[in-house]
Amino acid sequence: MPTNNTGHHRPGQKHFIASLAETPVAEIDQVDETGKARSTWTDAWESMRRRPMFWISSVLILLIVVVAAFPSLFVTYSPTECYLKFSNGDPQAGHPLGFTRQGCDVYSRIIFGTQASVTIGLLTTIMVTLFGGIIGALAGFYGGILDSFVSRIGDIFFAIPTVLGAIVVISVIPVRDAMSVSFVLALFAWPQIARIMRGSVLSARNSDYVTASAALGVSRFKTLIRHVIPNAIAPVIVIATVSLGIFIVAEATLGFLGIGLPGTVMSWGNDINQARVTVRTHPQTLLLPSAALSVTVLAFLMFGDVVRDALDPEARARR
Amino acid sequence: MTNPQTVPVTPNSANEETPLLKIRGLEVGFETQRGVVQAVRGIDLTLYQGQSLAIVGESGSGKSTTAQAVIGLLPGTGKVLGGSIEFEGNDLTKFSDAQFSEVRGSQIGYVPQDPMSNLNPVWSIGFQVQEAIEANGIAQGKEARQRTIEVLNEAGLSDASERLKQFPHQFSGGMRQRVLIGIGLSARPKLLIADEPTSALDVTVQRQILDHLQTLTRDYGTSVLFITHDLGLAAERAEQLVVMYKGKVVESGPSREILENPQHPYTQRLVAAAPSLASRRIQSIKSNTSSENDLKIFGQGSLDDALIARAASREAGAKTDLIKVNNITKVYEIRKQGFRKDKLLAVNDISFGVKKGTTTALVGESGSGKSTVAKLILQLEPLTGGSIEFDGVDLAGIKGDELLKFRRRVQPVFQDPYGSLDPQYSVGNTIAEPLLAHRIGTPKERFNRVSELLDQVSLPQATRHRYPGELSGGQRQRVAIARALALKPDVLILDEAVSALDVLVQGQVLNLLTELQTELDLTYLFITHDLAVVRLVADNVCVMQGGRIVEAATTDEVFENSKNPYTQELLEAIPGANIKLGA
Amino acid sequence: MLWYAGKRFLQMIPVFFGATFLIYFMVFAVPGDPIAALYGDHPPAPGVIETIRAEYNLDKPFIIQYLLYIGGLFQGDLGTTFSGRSVTDVMAQAFPITARLAMLALAIEAFFGIIVGLVAGLRKGKLFDASALVISLLLISVPTFVVGFVLQFIFGIQLGWARTTVSGAAPWGELILPAIVLASVSFAYIVRLTRASVADNLGADFVRTATAKGLSRRRVVTVHVLRNSLVPVVTYLGVDIGSLMVGAIVTEGIFNINGVGGTVYRAITLGEGPTVVSFVAVMVIIFVLANLLVDLLYAALDPRIRYAN
Repeated sequence: MPTNNTGHHRPGQKHFIASLAETPVAEIDQVDETGKARSTWTDAWESMRRRPMFWISSVLILLIVVVAAFPSLFVTYSPTECYLKFSNGDPQAGHPLGFTRQGCDVYSRIIFGTQASVTIGLLTTIMVTLFGGIIGALAGFYGGILDSFVSRIGDIFFAIPTVLGAIVVISVIPVRDAMSVSFVLALFAWPQIARIMRGSVLSARNSDYVTASAALGVSRFKTLIRHVIPNAIAPVIVIATVSLGIFIVAEATLGFLGIGLPGTVMSWGNDINQARVTVRTHPQTLLLPSAALSVTVLAFLMFGDVVRDALDPEARARR
Repeated sequence: MTNPQTVPVTPNSANEETPLLKIRGLEVGFETQRGVVQAVRGIDLTLYQGQSLAIVGESGSGKSTTAQAVIGLLPGTGKVLGGSIEFEGNDLTKFSDAQFSEVRGSQIGYVPQDPMSNLNPVWSIGFQVQEAIEANGIAQGKEARQRTIEVLNEAGLSDASERLKQFPHQFSGGMRQRVLIGIGLSARPKLLIADEPTSALDVTVQRQILDHLQTLTRDYGTSVLFITHDLGLAAERAEQLVVMYKGKVVESGPSREILENPQHPYTQRLVAAAPSLASRRIQSIKSNTSSENDLKIFGQGSLDDALIARAASREAGAKTDLIKVNNITKVYEIRKQGFRKDKLLAVNDISFGVKKGTTTALVGESGSGKSTVAKLILQLEPLTGGSIEFDGVDLAGIKGDELLKFRRRVQPVFQDPYGSLDPQYSVGNTIAEPLLAHRIGTPKERFNRVSELLDQVSLPQATRHRYPGELSGGQRQRVAIARALALKPDVLILDEAVSALDVLVQGQVLNLLTELQTELDLTYLFITHDLAVVRLVADNVCVMQGGRIVEAATTDEVFENSKNPYTQELLEAIPGANIKLGA
Repeated sequence: MLWYAGKRFLQMIPVFFGATFLIYFMVFAVPGDPIAALYGDHPPAPGVIETIRAEYNLDKPFIIQYLLYIGGLFQGDLGTTFSGRSVTDVMAQAFPITARLAMLALAIEAFFGIIVGLVAGLRKGKLFDASALVISLLLISVPTFVVGFVLQFIFGIQLGWARTTVSGAAPWGELILPAIVLASVSFAYIVRLTRASVADNLGADFVRTATAKGLSRRRVVTVHVLRNSLVPVVTYLGVDIGSLMVGAIVTEGIFNINGVGGTVYRAITLGEGPTVVSFVAVMVIIFVLANLLVDLLYAALDPRIRYAN
């Protein structure tokens, strides 16, 4: 080890030079050309697919969607073939979950009830995301009077809790079907997505790449579409996924209160409402559709959780 | 620890040869999904009572990790894997949590890097200082309050007693750093670890604070362990240097010796790339007085001879002004409490010209209005008053095609290489975007143009498919430069374009900019807070303070013969400006 | 602080009018005969329709109707129930019960939520944390009415530890089980929020600096980590009051409590539209006022809000 011996040095403080063999000096700032190119989305995918929770929730969601779309594939007995002699009957061959108070097959009703819940969850989420997302993006990006106006209107809708507002409106609308129930839920739920989108767009708007794109001569609207929204959408995707589960709960709550879909429509909420009367003697007719409901909601919540972890830039940075 | 409560006020001369801090073979690793990543790979370091030592290195060199290991505050999954850290003969690596909290504060003080995030926003300043005093058993209750005021006064907050009840967000960055220094020294520790204590601050504030820190530690006989990326600052403030590179010590010893005679190729690069030290090279070329004591020019990563030669031969030729700024003013309205609006005069009646083919530097500290000027020239914000001419045409109210034409000729490169590229766009798409926006060429032509631009900024062709997240700061800045060059502009407005880069990478980018200027006959408006860099690249300098230009002159005049007191203060504050080299 | 409170109060005013207007508008501007729709499948007694028409001034323009309603509000007239009782009178009797229930629920969810969230955040990635996360997800996905029936069945019927229905006066003790039901979902949200916030703050620079000062671990966790983590939790409580109201309708319905929620529940199931509308309007007004309080609490916790310009 070469040392420089000029001057007085205290022990351990001599001029030390590491041998070049041990500390080779690399090129400055070389581009790492190994490995595949990774965009933020491929990154998110890489981190998601390593999580068991991602696979569990995806398989569940897939199954639920298939059941909702083709319920008849999964049942042997019609859910509307009810015999009072089976009222609150115990499980038997071909009827693994027993019978409802009206003597209908519980399993078939659960399978056929999926459609209503999933449809309303999906429809409401789509409406809320589209409307709230667009409104929030425009308000955040263009600012000014538009922003103030949208924010104030949003505050007013936000002051009415979603289900509370829905209770009032639903009790007066003439037609109750999947579309109108979704619309009513969306009417009071959009401000949340709008607020999130607005905040997210606002922070993306203030980033240097947006200024740079203006200086390049890209028009304002194209900048919004090409740069701002793709970078601001992640939190909205997360909230939308979680909301889907929450809207399913909201629909079931309305059903439980007896003001969801009309009694003729098969839905978990309605069945739970019907089973209320016999909950003390035959709790399973209430608990089984509730379990189906909870599993569905859980699947979307878990999925939302995984997506959040994968898209959260801070979580990624910590890795 | 035999008796952690003793606080000697004077260094103990009896144990002259027992180091206060002795690190041997220290190894630190972080657990990641891909196994253990070593950040520190067996380093040695020796610090005596009353001495100051600086660990110098680039980001990722392991310098901060070393400091954090000493005070037992490794973040996340960090762990000491081997070696020892002896503090007064006790091995800190074997300390339990409880033992460590006895040592922290009272024996080893800590001054962190970023004053903005290191004070708890929900507690008052007084509370946070008093808490440190009480925890270390210096004083309690009323007495502790009295001591709090003293500590803050010592740290340079003269009106401390009135401000105890205020919260961090009511303090400026410089004042918060003073509070943090006060906290770090409140229990009179034997060792103070200062992790980049001033890198977030303006140079003049940085200088005041470092001077103050130096006085305090000298008075108390405190040893200081500096962590810094700035070789000039390290050499100016510490007797001993330890140069770290990729987790290892490449060179260590007395500062003066290393600076005058760097032996390891990496240290040589660092010395050669430091702008503050490079000014001396310019000086010697200009005055033709090369001597043995000159800093030598070392291989790759150093500032090119070409750059140095260009810098030495800059002159304000009789060229025409490409950009002419006439008495411009910019007022921002800031909403205050109620319906009152406060007016902020960001740019106050300034005029200057940028001559074709030259570099004009706009220098100032934060809040001086320099970046606002960039936005005004780029037509990103409307003027409040005055006019801007480009190539003889007044830019007032241009729009549509005229504006697009202007945008093609004047392009910006921004400071933050992490923020100025859209993370969702691949490098190829990023560089091609201006071509697309102006509908230039066929897809094939655009593809070829991107290849050409990647060559121009010395990036390999494969970079085209990468995303900004995969590139280093310097590489991103090259991409930003390539994007700016795509439309073959006449002018680049470089807003702090190299400020966020490590010194070697900064040198590389500065070299690239100089080459491009000669090759493409570009005009630069170079906006920066760093006067040392200005010396290297600018022909003319405008110094801004509080929205006004306080001095405008050629670079030589400014550096050799400035008349303005503020400019002189800035020059004095360049770290390393006061080192006397060659005995 | 005073300035901030004043500003918040002023901002609340348009929200107050907007929200009440909105509800009024929704009910009385839908196509068809609103009175008939309000009563749905339960045709009202003869003469009631006329009374209602007069009550809501349906013969006058819409905006006048709304202004008359607001005028009534400020004179303490909150409207009339289906059976003709004054809403104000019913409120006077029902509100204290619901307030007790809500306070119990808030106390339970905040106390246990913050403690569980804190421990989970401090032990991120450990067994406790993982179980807390799974349990909170489960609680969120099980609707309140299911939790209500299950707990009522287990503790009320099977074990006989609690009454399945709450007596008229609704003493504190009888409200514990319903309060747990009401708190369940929000408890889960608070656990998750506190956990995330604690984990974030643990990695914050100021926490490292606090440790470097020589403070004990205990002090760092309570004074710096926990204190700062409370700020988002309080913000959440504001929003949560809204879901507590919906939850109160369901919970008071299940446990047959004579509170505001129970009144609304019975009105909904009996199809007494006007009662529902009047009470929901009052609930929204309470929600707006409660949020004002939460905002002030938030400012008290965060000096950056208190002293912001």
